[in-house]
Amino acid sequence: MYGKGILKGLSVTWKRFWDTYTEDISWVLRGKKRYNTTEGIAHRSSKDTKGIFTVQYPEEQLIVPEEMRYVPFLVYDEAEEGKKEVRCTSCGICAKVCPPQCIWIVRTNDPATGRPVPVPTEFYIDMDICMNCGFCAEYCPFDAIKMDHDFDIAAYDRSVYNLEKLLKPASYYASIRPENAAREDEARRAKEAAKAAKAEVKPAA
Amino acid sequence: MATPLTATVDLVARFPDSVSADARPGYTGFIVKKENLVEVATAIRDEFGYDLLTAVTGVDYLAENKMEVVYHAYKTTGGTGLIFKVQVDRVDPVEVPSLYDIWAGVDFQEREAYDLLGIRFTGHPDLRRILMWEGYDGHPLRKDWKEPFFEEEAKPFKSRWPDGQHTFAENKNPFRDNLSFPAGFDPEAYQPENEDDLYASLERFRSKGADDALKTDHIVVNMGPHHPSTHGVLRVAITLDGETITGLKPVMGYLHRNHDKIGERNTYLQIIPYTDRLDYFNSMSNNFGYVTTVEKLMKIPVAERAEYIRVIMAELSRIQNHLIFIGMLMNDLGTMYTPSLYAFEERELVLDIFEAVSGARMMCNYFRFGGVVRDIPDFALQKIKDLVYERLPSKTDEMERFLNENEVLVARLNGMHVLNAEDAIRYSVTGPVLRAAGVPYDLRRADPYSIYDRFDFDVAVRYNGDMMDNYLIRFDEIRQSLRILEQALKQMPEGPINSQKPQYQVRVPAGEAYGRIESPKGELGFYVVSNGKPNPYRYHVRPASFVNLQAVEKMCVGAKIADFVALLAMLDIVMGELDR
Repeated sequence: MYGKGILKGLSVTWKRFWDTYTEDISWVLRGKKRYNTTEGIAHRSSKDTKGIFTVQYPEEQLIVPEEMRYVPFLVYDEAEEGKKEVRCTSCGICAKVCPPQCIWIVRTNDPATGRPVPVPTEFYIDMDICMNCGFCAEYCPFDAIKMDHDFDIAAYDRSVYNLEKLLKPASYYASIRPENAAREDEARRAKEAAKAAKAEVKPAA
Repeated sequence: MATPLTATVDLVARFPDSVSADARPGYTGFIVKKENLVEVATAIRDEFGYDLLTAVTGVDYLAENKMEVVYHAYKTTGGTGLIFKVQVDRVDPVEVPSLYDIWAGVDFQEREAYDLLGIRFTGHPDLRRILMWEGYDGHPLRKDWKEPFFEEEAKPFKSRWPDGQHTFAENKNPFRDNLSFPAGFDPEAYQPENEDDLYASLERFRSKGADDALKTDHIVVNMGPHHPSTHGVLRVAITLDGETITGLKPVMGYLHRNHDKIGERNTYLQIIPYTDRLDYFNSMSNNFGYVTTVEKLMKIPVAERAEYIRVIMAELSRIQNHLIFIGMLMNDLGTMYTPSLYAFEERELVLDIFEAVSGARMMCNYFRFGGVVRDIPDFALQKIKDLVYERLPSKTDEMERFLNENEVLVARLNGMHVLNAEDAIRYSVTGPVLRAAGVPYDLRRADPYSIYDRFDFDVAVRYNGDMMDNYLIRFDEIRQSLRILEQALKQMPEGPINSQKPQYQVRVPAGEAYGRIESPKGELGFYVVSNGKPNPYRYHVRPASFVNLQAVEKMCVGAKIADFVALLAMLDIVMGELDR
């Protein structure tokens, strides 16, 4: 029969249409909210999703996974009296590995000794050029530069971030990437413990 | 499981006077004398059976004062390839005979080599610039060419660290744009040249009616560069006789950024995120192709678990690509978005997985030399299993139920000729279009890379070469990909995800390598020449879209103008890869 295939196809559309209502009603009957809740958004991006699939940005926002990367930021540890201990030592690996070469760092030398000071004087990232590849965070040996989750950074002018704008506390890092932060802290502590143990052994020998 | 044919061909014995083996360390293949190139190439095709010439590219050996053209020929029955090269003195005009008459598939690639390296292919029927515009100053891939705000020969640039004396590139250029002009050129007084060359190239298709017939004229229609159905900024100049297409030329390069040159400035690692931007639907496949090539050069093994992760990602990528193809084909045929949005739902779920493992939905940058960046998190692995075992098979069925029997669609697709096998091979077409024409040529089987020889799957093939087959073969491939995924998920071992220590500058021994993978759109090849430095000496991409587009002329001539959009959709081109 001519038209059977069209009807068959329309039955799929009809089912999808039907699902948008039954799905909404079933959430209401279960006493749950399908929209504007984390549970609802998570369900909408799971394998069981049916009915309305879209997420109404910006009222609703997709749940970003931990590994999600946007632009880089610099991590500092909070010391007493609000002092910022910048983890960055201005070693320059991030600037070297950066594919579009959007990181530039000024390293300072100690005027007395002439040796480099392990703190950056200036640290710039040109966010307009940054390609969000995550190499800087991946190859930083000091866990000092990490990729942010904050993606609402549209601006009218050129976004060149300086040190002040790049620095974010370690607690913020732990809040966006709990698993990574825990793993890295663990590794750092183990390394320090090993160093301390080595230092203890040395005088004895 | 069929083992690939690895017969080595002794070209030197066949042509003792004109062919010699390439003896440079790290290089393979044969060097053919320029005078005998056409003769040798004919023998390679006819006597030795290498019917598919996939990649043609040039290399500028500035120090040796040589220009080299490298050809990669393969058999459509499978097996390893035959590499042959021509070396000519680097004195303008650099001339090499064109192989257009032997393999029509060299068309665009020779034009590209002419455009970017200034190698003139004598006998090429339409040797014009292809990616850069007519009148462009110089040939950018020559090693002595420098861009307007040239900073340094290779990255990392010294100005970034430790003194941070960086200045913005846009401030260095008087026009605040990446432009330089030939001497004596005044941009204010410039009048664009007419495009006689382009239209002249269409002229040869003009039909010659009988003298006493009614005098008719042909119409030239320019489609694009902003036509929505050209999948991006592609312009196509078409000559029409009534409604019938009599000639057609794609004009491209609107999105050109010289990926090859960027690659030669980058370190090996830095290229990986750039490959994401080639075929932006399948960044995982692009990563795959590039890292396999460099691993070939480095001769390093890949961690076992990483091999499986790579296959899983590449196949998920193929599934979402084909779903989008189906959706977008429907858009091109005039359905208003419903099928494409259904397809987008599944793609969205696949992209969620990519985001969870790699950090980005589209620009994944997930592969590293020797493995991958990180292991799949548990919840993402569960998501993959849910999709592969439950959702994707049923949704593929649903899509088929939705569309396949639709009378309007069937009437539109059935019997609408795309390409036959001979033409597809002649024009170096690979991927689903070639397989829909009845040639079971899939690199995962024909020349297995990674661990594809461990999986039990069929090469999807259909025999009519019409639009219906081109459409249905995508469903077949989704099914086969799901089969591979099921096996990969079952077999995936525990273990490290990289065989190497993480390092930001890898050592790549001198030599050349051509790596190719079956990307969802066809053969994606990378040709890398290393001279032992941290940056590749030559880095060339052989994109599937670019090479497949050569056949569009053949496909469309004789068809109606209304069919053009659908025929172009069959090739599944993507501009990021086409224009590079």
